[in-house]
Amino acid sequence: MLDKFVMQHGHRKDALLEILHYAQEIYGYLDKDILTHISNSLNLPTSHVYGVATFYNFFKLKKPGSHIVTFCLGTACFVKGVEEIITAVENEFNVKRGETRADGKLSVFITRCIGACAMAPNAIVDNVVIGKATPEIVIDKIRSVLGEEKVEAN
Amino acid sequence: MGIGVIKLKINEQEVISREGDTILKAAKEHGITIPTLCDLDGLSNFGGCRLCLVEVKGSPKLFPACTTPVSNGMEVITDSERLKKYRKMAIELILSERIHVCSVCVANNNCELQDLANKLGVDHVNFKRDWNTHDLDTTHEFLVIDRNRCILCTRCIRVCDEVEGVHVLDLKNRGKDTEVIIDLDDQWGVSKICTSCRKCAKVCPVGAIYVEGQPISQTRDKKIAEFVLTRRQS
Repeated sequence: MLDKFVMQHGHRKDALLEILHYAQEIYGYLDKDILTHISNSLNLPTSHVYGVATFYNFFKLKKPGSHIVTFCLGTACFVKGVEEIITAVENEFNVKRGETRADGKLSVFITRCIGACAMAPNAIVDNVVIGKATPEIVIDKIRSVLGEEKVEAN
Repeated sequence: MGIGVIKLKINEQEVISREGDTILKAAKEHGITIPTLCDLDGLSNFGGCRLCLVEVKGSPKLFPACTTPVSNGMEVITDSERLKKYRKMAIELILSERIHVCSVCVANNNCELQDLANKLGVDHVNFKRDWNTHDLDTTHEFLVIDRNRCILCTRCIRVCDEVEGVHVLDLKNRGKDTEVIIDLDDQWGVSKICTSCRKCAKVCPVGAIYVEGQPISQTRDKKIAEFVLTRRQS
């Protein structure tokens, strides 16, 4: 699938970002094998591909948990106290920001502005944005997605 | 005036240069020194260290001499109180960003950063220092990389890519977490494509990459990149 996509882009070196995006869409994350494969098929140095993949926050180099919570740490959300929510979630679910819980079910990531400053502070639980979030709302939401393990497609 | 000939003034001195040349190159050719850390003859221009900032008359902005092309009638000033202030600040920022302790550094007395700091009269660092430690890699047979001393000038990366042509080295992450990596952030010792050519150690302005057990004064050879490049072109 990835090879076909690379072919559609004519193995062009400047299509690296699109290809990394697509690879992450398929595999969920970019491990060293995938990055090596991409660098070989585009004829780019592996260190260059790795550098690009680590430069952007969006690319994940480690396998994320089956449920992902992302907090916005942009200016507006920070001012509105997202820090408090992150700490509450960290304590409640025993997971550190930027990391995945040992059982692989929950990851907490930090991102910069998601562009919904009017609704600050924002949290994203499994691709659903929660605006005007409070620790209670976010924790409840995470509980419900974690409880519905079997129903969730991810 | 012939095509491609540019007339400009550097420090009130009339200077003739070629179209497409940078201010830094024009100044160098006329014996005017502009302090630099990331620039190296024979490599592409990077514009990362911000030490070569110069004033151009008619603009309130400062321009990096190493990436700004010359233009006709340009009036460049390479040394002023304002520039000195900013250059000092640039050095202080570099010093505050990593653990730069000269007394335990292999490059002590052979260090471009140290020389420049002395020359510009940087006697203390005004910024909060970041003492986060970065990784040291001694797995290679004789090459050592100590990322704590790195100033991210990317000379090693450029020489590896442009002269040696293998591009083993690159940067990962960004901001203060930026680090020089080998392949996929692997250990140097296991890199299959590194040719162990030592060029990275030769061009490093500080003591971040060095040859184990060899005095830095012997390792350093800034002309190597230029030499290889001219040989290749001819």
